[in-house]
Amino acid sequence: MRFATLAQLTEQCREAQTTLGRYMLQEQVRESGSTEAEVFGQMESYYQVMKEAVRKGSTEDTRSRSGLTGGDAKRVMQYREQSVPSLGGEASMALAYALAVSEVNASMGRIIATPTAGSCGIIPGVFVSTQERFGWSDAHMVEGLFAAGAIGYVIANQSFISGAEGGCQAEVGSAVGMAAGALTELRGGTPEQAVHAVGLALKNSLGLICDPVGGLVEIPCIVRNGFGAVTALAAADMALAGVRSVIPSDEVIGVMKDIGAAMPEAHRETAKGGLAQTPTGKAILGELRKKGGRP
Amino acid sequence: MRFKDVFSIMGPSMIGPSSSHTAGAARLGLAARQTLGGQPDEADVIFSGSFAETYMGHGTDLAAAAGLLGCAPDDVRIRDAIALAEAAGMELRFGTELRLGGHPNTVRFALRKGDRTASLIGCSIGGGNVEIVNVDGFDIKFLADCPTLLIDHRDMAGTLAAMTVIVGRAGLNIRAMEVDRQSRSGRALTVMEMDQAVSDEVMRELGALEQVDRVRLVDLNGEERA
Repeated sequence: MRFATLAQLTEQCREAQTTLGRYMLQEQVRESGSTEAEVFGQMESYYQVMKEAVRKGSTEDTRSRSGLTGGDAKRVMQYREQSVPSLGGEASMALAYALAVSEVNASMGRIIATPTAGSCGIIPGVFVSTQERFGWSDAHMVEGLFAAGAIGYVIANQSFISGAEGGCQAEVGSAVGMAAGALTELRGGTPEQAVHAVGLALKNSLGLICDPVGGLVEIPCIVRNGFGAVTALAAADMALAGVRSVIPSDEVIGVMKDIGAAMPEAHRETAKGGLAQTPTGKAILGELRKKGGRP
Repeated sequence: MRFKDVFSIMGPSMIGPSSSHTAGAARLGLAARQTLGGQPDEADVIFSGSFAETYMGHGTDLAAAAGLLGCAPDDVRIRDAIALAEAAGMELRFGTELRLGGHPNTVRFALRKGDRTASLIGCSIGGGNVEIVNVDGFDIKFLADCPTLLIDHRDMAGTLAAMTVIVGRAGLNIRAMEVDRQSRSGRALTVMEMDQAVSDEVMRELGALEQVDRVRLVDLNGEERA
């Protein structure tokens, strides 16, 4: 890839007069030696898996193997039909879809890691709900996935995308940044605006620890995916309105790395701290162990 | 760059619940299987760091077993992989150990098939991506995301030149390369990450070099070859 920072990415898109998504597609073609049709086709097949996970999670039983979680997406779907959600119809749909995909993940169903499985609900939640709302084509969404990939590529190489290395900010935080930037572009924002959306979004999750109860990708991961989708919508709206990330997005990514490196091991996916070590978190772990370790 | 392309960020398509602890572990199991050159009769799988703390909850052991069986990360058989491996006659043992200073998600495989053995230490670096850091005691790093040659040979002047001539003549480009040796003039392992597919003919030519003992191919995105 011929960029390492978001500033370089924006600069190259400006020079080539193209979008983040189309630029990343071309870079991937160049890097892989595959044809554009092959590269585009692989991403399109991923989008179909995402849509299927949304459908499955919002309509079928998604009880996790541990029995701890499941059914929350359906609860939100039902609530938004029977009541007026505080988020409004559209953002509550993004919330429900993000929960749906995360619940499919926890039940050992098939998902696309974007960038990880722990954060796999955020991009589908934002993409599938906005596609339905704005009537966009699948091809448009696939370009958006390349835009998300370009942003994630910078974050992953300049910082972290795994909870074990950098905490939840590296997983859910990265996914929110990717979704926010991609949505800004899908709605016609410039590459500069998209990159501002990334910085705005990332700032909201700095310091977020990875503290899964019982070590499972369930509590609090699933609800954080729901919150993440809503935050991405908010960040994209701010960027499209002209709000700027005063601290440049590349610097926000840099500080995410510093914070992650300083995070104690107990808060990096070891289940030795945070929510995992609350009285209830410990009791749940004890129950799981009693069942023979395997939930 | 640790992450090379768009599909190391978007993807893989996988069975949940964790890209690092499930998909990454499946891919490391598959890399270990390819390093051995087939399905092991016996496998010790030792987790450390966050893997050791949370492997049961994430199905890391199921995923590692699935990889040893040759499953990709989106194969639904992951859910029942330990039972399937045992049914296939594989003797599987899981354990944990403390490894200081290493990556938090590290796993060590010690495998046996007939009279052949192989060992591999690998890390799951996020989003299902993996990095192998040791093979058969040699400290070498590679990502296994492209056709990767593992060449066992003796440490001798001219060996690398002879090997690179063979791949160069076949029109293959080396993306990255690493060598480690046990001792001067002792056993050595060379790892070449290739941009193109490696033919059986090239493997045979490399294997025919006088100082080369064995040539293996690891490629987590490629078809398995006998």
